[in-house]
Amino acid sequence: MNFSLTKEQELFQQMIRDFAENEVKPLAAEIDEQERFPIETVEKMAKIGIMGIPIPKQYGGAGGNNLMYSMAVEELSAVCGTTGVIVSAHTSLCAAPILENGTEEQKQKYLPKLASGEWIGAFGLTEPNAGTDAAGQQTTAVEDGDNYIINGSKIFITNAEYAHVYVIFAMTDKSQGTRGITAFIIEKGTPGFSIGKKEKKMGIKGSATCELIFENCVLPKTNMLGKLSKGFGIAMKTLDGGRIGIAAQALGLAQGAINETVKYVKERKQFGRAISAFQNTQFQLADMNTKTEASRMLVRKAAYKKDQKIPYSVDAAMAKLYAAETAMEVTNKAVQLHGGYGYTREYPVERMMRDAKITEIYEGTSEVQRMVISANMLK
Amino acid sequence: MKIVVCIKQVPDTTEIKIDPKTGTLIREGVPSIMNPDDKGGLEMALQLKEEQGAHVTVITMGPPQADLILREAFAMGADRAILLTDRKFAGADTLATSYALAGALKKLDFDLLITGRQAIDGDTAQVGPQIAEHLDLPQVSYLEDLKFDGDKTFTMKRHIEEGYQILEVEAPCVVTVLASANNPRYMSVGGIVDAYQKEVEIWGKDQIEVDETLLGLKGSPTSVHKAFARGLKPAGELYEVETDEAVGIIINKMKEKFIL
Repeated sequence: MNFSLTKEQELFQQMIRDFAENEVKPLAAEIDEQERFPIETVEKMAKIGIMGIPIPKQYGGAGGNNLMYSMAVEELSAVCGTTGVIVSAHTSLCAAPILENGTEEQKQKYLPKLASGEWIGAFGLTEPNAGTDAAGQQTTAVEDGDNYIINGSKIFITNAEYAHVYVIFAMTDKSQGTRGITAFIIEKGTPGFSIGKKEKKMGIKGSATCELIFENCVLPKTNMLGKLSKGFGIAMKTLDGGRIGIAAQALGLAQGAINETVKYVKERKQFGRAISAFQNTQFQLADMNTKTEASRMLVRKAAYKKDQKIPYSVDAAMAKLYAAETAMEVTNKAVQLHGGYGYTREYPVERMMRDAKITEIYEGTSEVQRMVISANMLK
Repeated sequence: MKIVVCIKQVPDTTEIKIDPKTGTLIREGVPSIMNPDDKGGLEMALQLKEEQGAHVTVITMGPPQADLILREAFAMGADRAILLTDRKFAGADTLATSYALAGALKKLDFDLLITGRQAIDGDTAQVGPQIAEHLDLPQVSYLEDLKFDGDKTFTMKRHIEEGYQILEVEAPCVVTVLASANNPRYMSVGGIVDAYQKEVEIWGKDQIEVDETLLGLKGSPTSVHKAFARGLKPAGELYEVETDEAVGIIINKMKEKFIL
């Protein structure tokens, strides 16, 4: 049993923390306010390999692992939740399923561009009538010679507007339910594929969340990801990995809120003393820090197990459930400790609270995580 | 072209602890970084490598934990790293340090030797120039910029009090570089992964050409009369704006700190 980071991981953490502080933090309030996708940050991250951390070197990645990737999402999210989810959706939901399920040809074609950050990746599973009930897919893929004809739409797609590659899911055989779903890789610009309306969100406002529309979109059969009818399994496995990313995002948001709050309570004076001198402040901080550290242990354990190729689906669910609920609780307390100032946009904690809420919802709601965890206990 | 860059690990804190007996720094337990001027020097070498092709060796003299900045240099793009470490080197002043480094550098072949202007712990700016003297090489200090003609001549921009000097110098030579010369790159993720697969060469006094009596505390003519920590002062923020705007900034800052 070893709870220490290796020297390599410490060096990595130092680099990513410097990068987050100097390149990401200065833009966080602005991209939230303007609901603007931080493309310049993505370019900077691409240059130093942050867009391909767990992708093997043979496919142009950094050759790191999922633990390093989770640390990166944590550190980025500690200063900007939007930047954290851009990296998470790109890595966990697009590059990872191609790496894990793609043919050698597909890997050679897509991974070097994704890992270098030249291309941004996205993932399309959710539909207006298929959220938590992902099996209720309405998008269809009908065989037509060497092609499939795709019709339907996807909603709430992170990175949609700026992505070049999408991993999407469609019904190839409606009569088979979940066993009739197939995964496909689709590139931007494919005839019949367009980006629909952009959502106006409560938080993570800089991430471009849009609809994907398929109107008689012709996709060559070579773009099928994995085998015919195996899409549901690919989607669920992909989301297991994605949950590590979102748990890391939630963890980062909680840590970021703590960092801001510790600074504030030492400066803010009431009744002639810094508010850090009051026991209520101290006890709130102690609870915030304890839960955040517990989240960190769960996130790192899940990432470690994925790296060791040990089944980690329940660990990822626990990490996401606990880290997301902790992020919501900690950011809420951070706003409370900031008082009236915390409710204003002068301080970053209100943004962190808005950003934290989504971590309880996307890539499996907290309720879905509880289903995954308890199903494993009762099987 | 072959470039050697001398780098130093320094404490990243304003609260420097000093051993009251020897008057030297206690590095244990203090977060350490690559000295900023040295990092500027390494960046200059890496830019030359990208533009014209070069082999970049980094060398540091320090305790075994100085390994960290050599890994950092690997992760930024250095090709070879040497850690000069020996108990006999401990407690060295600038003369004994430059003497030991020169002993190691004699074993290396280079066209350009780069050091940082000065380290943020000692602030002497002596080691670079002393190395040049030990090696009997031409030296140019306080560099802001450097270009290579591809053959053997460097054109250098040197920062002096009244302005700049532009000089042409032939290889091999020694330069000391300012942190303000460039913005050092971040380590890359892939570079960090590789940095721990590579070998840091460890050299002790027996691997270099030196007279043992001139090393370490024993070989240091400098004796520290008294050492003390300076008072803490926050870094402050600098704005270059019109007076009206400046007044607004000051008022806002005072409100932020609840002074107003």
